[in-house]
Amino acid sequence: MIEFFSLKKVIPFMRYGKTTTAISLGTFLFSVFSLFFYGLNLGVDFTGGTVMEVRYAQAAPIDTIREAIKATGYHEVAVQNFGSTQDVLIRLPLKEGVSSAQVSEQIMGVLKTSTPDVTLSKVDFVGGQVGQELYENGGLALILVAAGIIIYLAFRFEWRFAVSATVANMHDVVIILGLFAFFQWQFDLTVLAGILAILGYSVNESVVVFDRIRENIRTMRDETISNIIDSAITSTMSRTIITHLSTQIMVFAMLWFGGEALHNFALALTIGIMFGIYSSVLVASPLLLMLGLKREHMIPKEDEKMEGMNADGSIV
Amino acid sequence: MNRYPLWKYLMIAVVLLIGVIYSVPNFFPSEPAVQLSPKVEQAIDPATMQRFEQALQAQGLTIRASENNGQQALFRFEDTDVQLKASEALKAAVGDQFVVALNLAPSTPSWLRALNANPMFLGLDLRGGVHFLMEVDMKAALDKQINRYEDEFRDFLREQDIKYLGIAREGDTVLAKFRDAASRDAAMAAFGKEYQNSLQFTALPDTNDLQASISQTAMLDIQKFALQQNITTLRKRVNELGVAEPVIQQQGANRIVVQLPGVQDTARAKEILGATATLEFRLVDEQNDPTQAQQSGRAPIGSQLYKERSGDPILLKRQVMLTGDFIIDASSGFDENSRPAVHITLDGKGATRFNKVTGENVQKLMGVVFIENKIETQEVDGQMVKTSKTTQEVINVARIQEQLGKRFQITGLDSPKEARDLALLLRAGALAAPVYIVEERTVGPSMGKENIEKGFNSNIWGFAAVVLFMVIYYRVFGVISSLALAINGFFLFALLSMIQATLTLPGLAGIALTLGMAIDANVLINERIREELRAGASPQAAINVGYERAWGTIIDSNLTTLIAGIALFLLGSGPVKGFAVVLCLGILTSMFSAVTVSRAIVNLVYGYKPRLQKLAI
Repeated sequence: MIEFFSLKKVIPFMRYGKTTTAISLGTFLFSVFSLFFYGLNLGVDFTGGTVMEVRYAQAAPIDTIREAIKATGYHEVAVQNFGSTQDVLIRLPLKEGVSSAQVSEQIMGVLKTSTPDVTLSKVDFVGGQVGQELYENGGLALILVAAGIIIYLAFRFEWRFAVSATVANMHDVVIILGLFAFFQWQFDLTVLAGILAILGYSVNESVVVFDRIRENIRTMRDETISNIIDSAITSTMSRTIITHLSTQIMVFAMLWFGGEALHNFALALTIGIMFGIYSSVLVASPLLLMLGLKREHMIPKEDEKMEGMNADGSIV
Repeated sequence: MNRYPLWKYLMIAVVLLIGVIYSVPNFFPSEPAVQLSPKVEQAIDPATMQRFEQALQAQGLTIRASENNGQQALFRFEDTDVQLKASEALKAAVGDQFVVALNLAPSTPSWLRALNANPMFLGLDLRGGVHFLMEVDMKAALDKQINRYEDEFRDFLREQDIKYLGIAREGDTVLAKFRDAASRDAAMAAFGKEYQNSLQFTALPDTNDLQASISQTAMLDIQKFALQQNITTLRKRVNELGVAEPVIQQQGANRIVVQLPGVQDTARAKEILGATATLEFRLVDEQNDPTQAQQSGRAPIGSQLYKERSGDPILLKRQVMLTGDFIIDASSGFDENSRPAVHITLDGKGATRFNKVTGENVQKLMGVVFIENKIETQEVDGQMVKTSKTTQEVINVARIQEQLGKRFQITGLDSPKEARDLALLLRAGALAAPVYIVEERTVGPSMGKENIEKGFNSNIWGFAAVVLFMVIYYRVFGVISSLALAINGFFLFALLSMIQATLTLPGLAGIALTLGMAIDANVLINERIREELRAGASPQAAINVGYERAWGTIIDSNLTTLIAGIALFLLGSGPVKGFAVVLCLGILTSMFSAVTVSRAIVNLVYGYKPRLQKLAI
């Protein structure tokens, strides 16, 4: 059988706990810094405004388009090619006094006068208020997801697990946001959906490791918690890599074949998957130790008093 | 140990069959078709169907298939060329009574359709069209209601024989002034009885004034009514546009979503959807001089100053003889002098009322006021403030020749087109309150086609790569996992089709992501089996323990993702919501297929080999 990780020895991940925490803290601070200084390049979904995609039969005369639109009284217009030389993206801010819904016709009218063979592929117009609401709902969704996960994990495991997983998770989200801010990639609704999916996906990772930790605590009675965690991570390592690989294959397919519309979504997922591995192994687990996880937290005292119990906690 | 009882295999087989049946309609291409639906709600009978068919045959067009479900008739054609010709022929034949719309009908075989197996709807981003999010101007709705109360109070007090000094609107309240406390108290008692659910009356101290304000519940009612009325009106207007399968839905407390698949002429759509126009019929004030009123800027008591189309001032009586609310039908045409005209039909109540007032006022002049609402955005103190601007114009003044009844016509319109537009708006009914577009998304048809291709391609390539990898890495178990994954895909498609979800690009991305994540459960199981084998367990025991041990982990990890999915669904809108639906359903199907279905296959492959020595994993 083919095996990527036939690990005979347990890797002492926890020994590197301090180092990995430092790295995490570094990337985290970098992300916060980026968010703070560059800010997210919010798409029209959140800021309001108009984005138009038009297609020309020949190569698009970008400069002419820019001049023509400026002449209609719009400032801060972004006109750029995307995908091919025939496709043009036009970004217009909200403008006072103009019923913004009419913007697209006005612009198309202007463009058609100079080049009649231009066709409209897509228009997105979003009012300022709607954008604001979406933004707030997005933030609310993030909080709600985190809260839901904390409650579920606290119920299924123990509060230390819930807190660790959530911190690791938020760490992933902040890093994705930070990278989007740093590179000024466009952040729109689909990217937000991607990030929220990552939130679920990344906690999934932590849960698989946690599950093994819980199991090991019950079976490996004489080991220290630190060793138990190391062994849990090592034994799930193979699965972690393969699962991520297969998900990443799908995401790569989206990145390559999905076109412009799915590009940033796939990008957010890619970053999320990379950091999802890292954070479940090297952020969530050391945090468990730091929060002072003990065997007693996972095994109720009453169980230990029972007679005739086997090493694995079963009673036969 | 690794054998399922027969009923379990049968159950899985049945579920699998259902999954296949309900997912296959999505793989049939769609056919060009023409859809006919009556403008007034009525059933389409066989005779009408025959009429349609004859109209098509007269043009020498071959119908591939025809359907009639009572509310809608559908004709399928060989290609888009015939479809367009057919649409023209039908339009000419059926005239004003039916909406003729081009459609792409799914070519699902009839036996599948009989099982209610239909394909998913394609979202606008996958087939092109316009999406509008409209906000209802609730303040305007409230304003209108307050004005109505103002008028009603006058009539009411007159009827009750209570003397009053004046009634005026003050902010969001109506103020009634009285000469003495006695008449105020009488009015208060009478009002209280009449308006006990909707208004609150307070006697203002130190005066004989009475203040009426709308109660909280009544306010909510007004808003709810405005929204409902607008949805109904928009539905009728959309109908006039001739769109197949439009969507008109409420969103939140004051927003309406309108989706028009396949529509490209957004300008026309917006004009029709967004305008609020209504008519008012008022008597002309013939005693006073309008020019003088215009110069002084003050209209005589009981009159209001208007402008005619020519720009000349005209005085109309404040009291409205009839409003557009009573109009049930309006059609455009020409009058006896071949001038553009709108023929109007009133409902019973309106006809009685109009009959009475026109009878009392024969030989007097009557003006028709055309009221149009538009929304303008202005910046006030750095904030964007939307104001609805109302233009009122007298489009027609005529002497009432005789008592007017249920049917009459108005003239004085500039062009036949204007007559048509006005008739359309009147027929569709007025919006209870102005709406403005707060979000617009248009996707061209070629873009939609491209999106769907790209979305499907990324799914197929990704899936193929995952399968390849799994088969190489886990061998037989990889094949089994891949089978489970494919079945999962079918289940997901079937579920989405059953709930008639709308497939969008983010939804397609969601499918790809869920398939990628779904393999996780199988990886967990396969790794566990390997572990057990390494620890020295027999193959059969390894399979059993592997599945059992992995189950808890699968539950925990999937449920946490499900929590994220549910939160996304509750808070998301548009693409996020579509994505969330796919994510949630995908988790459920993948739990079933990864555990139960793959186990069933493993059991079939290995469970009946008692002396199993090795597993291909």
